[in-house]
Amino acid sequence: MSNLKNLTGPLSSNNPVIVQILGICSALAVTVKMEPAFVMGLSVMVVTAFANLVMSLLRNGIPSRIRIIVQLVVIAALVILVDQFLKAFVYDVSKQLSVYVGLIITNCIIMGRVEAYALGNKPWDSFLDGIGNGLGYAAILLIVAFFRELFGSGTLFDIRIIPESWYIANGGFYSNVGIMLFPPMALIIVGVIIWVHRSFNKDLQEK
Amino acid sequence: METLNLFIRSIFIDNMVFAFFFGMCSYIAVSKSVKTALGLGAAVTFVMTMTVPLNYLLNEYVLAPNALVEGVDLSFLTFIVFIAVIASFVQLVEMVVEKYSPSLYNQLGIFLPLIAVNCAIMGGSLFMQQKVVSGEIDGLWQSIVYGVGSGLGWWLAIVMMAAIRERLQYSHIPAGLKGPGIAFIITGLMGIAFMIFSGIKL
Repeated sequence: MSNLKNLTGPLSSNNPVIVQILGICSALAVTVKMEPAFVMGLSVMVVTAFANLVMSLLRNGIPSRIRIIVQLVVIAALVILVDQFLKAFVYDVSKQLSVYVGLIITNCIIMGRVEAYALGNKPWDSFLDGIGNGLGYAAILLIVAFFRELFGSGTLFDIRIIPESWYIANGGFYSNVGIMLFPPMALIIVGVIIWVHRSFNKDLQEK
Repeated sequence: METLNLFIRSIFIDNMVFAFFFGMCSYIAVSKSVKTALGLGAAVTFVMTMTVPLNYLLNEYVLAPNALVEGVDLSFLTFIVFIAVIASFVQLVEMVVEKYSPSLYNQLGIFLPLIAVNCAIMGGSLFMQQKVVSGEIDGLWQSIVYGVGSGLGWWLAIVMMAAIRERLQYSHIPAGLKGPGIAFIITGLMGIAFMIFSGIKL
């Protein structure tokens, strides 16, 4: 079961977002609500896993000079599939994700894992590595989205968590933290997640 | 006037980094010294200035519905066509920089080829396509302006960030926050500062 490390490593000690600092662009932009974050995490996981699988199968046949172009073509083809699938089955979410689905192509996690892992390892290991990194990415997305949606809108997956009667409009004491919905808060939340994570994993700290 | 609005809007209000988080990977990784940041910013701005109009032309005459052949909608090919244009263009820039400025080439290192997967550039082209549909960009000239503006916005962001990080080396930061942690929080604060621009009516 040495394969298991490929799956569990990226969840914490080698997390793609907060340790390898890859794929931040999309991680932050789609986290206003849980639902788009969940769909995005799933899409990235599928693309990473299959891009790793395909590139690992092709790894001995590609001259290294043109490998970037080949990788981009493979990834772009996979992303087109995902995009068409989302448009067909969850159209609302695909509208919310807007250009960020297309940006999975340029998501550094995928290129990064293909370059760093798939080009030197066997297909099955690479596939698991892809799934693991996708999961690690999705986990961070969901944590950020949890805080932003709970405090920004008072809901989770569009289900009301903070009761209506608490709000000032209904005679209560509470109002939503509006700034949570703005982009900068996503950055600050990720910064805090990194801080918490590194205070538990001292070996990751710099200097 | 509309073109000028588009220009200012793309630099400040719709800033690639602070409003959309585009190009964050290289933004965090290369913003350790102002000099390198200036070089990468220039390269990104140049690539965006060229690829957004190129992709505009492709979008207008090949990909849009009924553009190439009557009754054929090729827009599902958008991603692959855009990325192919960007990747080949970056290859060109890489060769030029290697020839004429080897020192910059060594400094940028792996990040030069990675401009191809810099989300800011792909994002610029994809936003351009959205803005064509919504009517904000009309004609080749405006797409050039949008490309330049977005590139400059990214350049501005990374240089400011690098300047702040140079000063940060002398401050005492909690051990867990050093490096990326504090960089994220600073970017967030800068983003809040940039939000004042969204109050400006153009």
